Amino acid sequence: MSQQKWTTVIKSSNKMTDMDIKGLKNCKDLIFLFVRRTFVAKYKQTILGPAWAIIQPFFTTVVYSVFFGNVAGLGAAGVPNFIFYLSGTIVWNLFAHSLTETSHTFTGNSAILGKVYFPRLVMPISTAISQFISFFIQYAFMLCFMVFYLITDAGITPNIFMLMTPLILVQLAVLGMGFGMIISSLTTKYRDLNMVVSFGVSLWSYCSPVAYDMFSRSQLMTNSTFYNLYMLNPVTPAVNMFRYAYLGTGEIDWLFYGISWITTVAVAVLGAMMFSKSEKTFMDTV
Amino acid sequence: MEELAIRVENVSKEYRLGAIGGATLKGEIQSKLAKLFHKEDPNLKIGEKAHGKNERFLALNDLSFDIKKGETVGIIGRNGAGKSTILKLICRVTAPTKGNIYLNGRITSMLEVGTGFHPELTGRENVYLNGAILGMSKSEIERKFDQIVEFSEVGQFIDTPVKRYSSGMKVKLAFSVASHLDSEILIMDEVLAVGDVSFQNKCINRMKKVSQEEGRTVLYVSHNMATVKSLCNRCIVLSHGQLAFEGSTEEAIAVYMENEKLDNTVFFDVSDAKRHPKCNKRHFLQNLHLFDSKANVFEYGEKFPFRITWNSENDNETLRMKMVINGIDTTPVGVVFGGEISHCKGANSADFEFDTSFLVPGKYTVDIIFYDEDETGSVMFYDRCTALRFTVEHGEKSVNLKHWFKDWGNAVLPCIQKI
Repeated sequence: MSQQKWTTVIKSSNKMTDMDIKGLKNCKDLIFLFVRRTFVAKYKQTILGPAWAIIQPFFTTVVYSVFFGNVAGLGAAGVPNFIFYLSGTIVWNLFAHSLTETSHTFTGNSAILGKVYFPRLVMPISTAISQFISFFIQYAFMLCFMVFYLITDAGITPNIFMLMTPLILVQLAVLGMGFGMIISSLTTKYRDLNMVVSFGVSLWSYCSPVAYDMFSRSQLMTNSTFYNLYMLNPVTPAVNMFRYAYLGTGEIDWLFYGISWITTVAVAVLGAMMFSKSEKTFMDTV
Repeated sequence: MEELAIRVENVSKEYRLGAIGGATLKGEIQSKLAKLFHKEDPNLKIGEKAHGKNERFLALNDLSFDIKKGETVGIIGRNGAGKSTILKLICRVTAPTKGNIYLNGRITSMLEVGTGFHPELTGRENVYLNGAILGMSKSEIERKFDQIVEFSEVGQFIDTPVKRYSSGMKVKLAFSVASHLDSEILIMDEVLAVGDVSFQNKCINRMKKVSQEEGRTVLYVSHNMATVKSLCNRCIVLSHGQLAFEGSTEEAIAVYMENEKLDNTVFFDVSDAKRHPKCNKRHFLQNLHLFDSKANVFEYGEKFPFRITWNSENDNETLRMKMVINGIDTTPVGVVFGGEISHCKGANSADFEFDTSFLVPGKYTVDIIFYDEDETGSVMFYDRCTALRFTVEHGEKSVNLKHWFKDWGNAVLPCIQKI
């Protein structure tokens, strides 16, 4: 009797550590096509097309500059409000969009996921990657303003830390994806969290130095307990790093930058595990 | 030992009935805590027991079967028998509650094809996307792109967004993508329901080619017995999540049609049977009796007598009888005429003899029709109902029928003579 070979074994056991990493490696084309699908479908039947990627952060920045910057005086000293807010907004958007988009993975794609198997992690990964397309459009937009402000000598001091850019961006995208996967796995059963996501993210933005400069309001920040708590927010050190690198504002707290990376990795691993656990049976409950 | 493509081993799939989980996160946490401390669940309705029997539903119950490489296997069963569930498990869309499934080779599923299409993308973009979802690499799709488009018959519209396609066009395109994959196992669930007749035939031929010439394994689920019969060489019948039968397509269809249970009956009371709506019931069949037989199973070539008993409301009408012989999948084999029968008002009976030598061994049902027709061809229906089921078995006279192919029909016509 010859030995029967099996290429795939489907087991009923449902462990958190069962991840289809091997299958994921063969899915480069699929990830690329999903990214393309998301991008192409997003701007189909719009006149301005990808220009929308700029319009949204542009107006956010204008409103922030006028109200938070000029009216409330929350902007950073020494650099133009506009570039200060623009830099914060685009990195925050990278994080926030990869979180919200990933959190809809199971509920939004149940039609495809219910019919055919492919390594499910492809979906959040491609969602996070597709956020980079609009980010890079916005980034190029920001660089134009950087050049303008450098020529007019408006006080911005880009420095060597710009080399950290890929690290900052990957961290924010992975962090957003991690939280998104956690929410996505929980929402297969309870839709409650869907309600939280949209306003939770906007509240979160106020707990992060997006719409204000955390270093200019020094009264509260000198309180070390508050400062420590504030810096535990993993987004904060990354945003600070980005601003420091491009504008030269604020300072880098390496301890908390390290902690934010640890948080990021922990959230991503937990997210991937929860996602892998729920991916097997989510079709029964979604 | 022949190589296997799929092994399903003691697989069960359990679903919870009603609402899933508590209505809210709070409710679920309360229930979990109560369970932890062995207290009564505060969210259960009064009188309801935790994990009571009626709360759970076994869609599949300890199901096991093997499928060999290169086989075309049909899975049939009534709605809710678990056909789609087992396909979903094999496709890894959802995981089994118990048991293991072993697969040998890549799988392509065609469960409700076309759902993977994105409406905003063009046909071309969707072919690439769908192919990638189904597991093809980009170069593989590029190589087969022309073939796919040609087969789908939508070449003209390939650069139009899919949302402008008709439903038939979507299915055609999706079927072409799926059927051109190089996977070893193909899974199809009622895919041929949409699409016009010529495309359906094209698909069936394509499936035949895929399974017979390319040696791939095909799992096919359908309620259309005709396509099951023409496509599959083996069938699995599911009933209430369990294996009811496994074997040849004809026998499986017979099991599915539930004709087995009436075997060994010689008396068929049809006074309460369902009638054809056009009957006026002036001559009404009561029963049919195989008065000279021990069972309704006959050897090929055997002639059996039977007696019909009926009620007539009058004795001045002409009454004729004919019988429609149906195969097991309800396709008619032919009609036998009984001619004009004399009758009086009230109860009547008549004896006939039936010759089985024109029927290929198998299972049959017989509809008896009371009617009258005049020279102009206008017909008066008195009564029509399914009155008899019987089986024809192989015997001495059927030696030359041993290797009868299923697509030859069920009638044995007289030999032609050399002149």
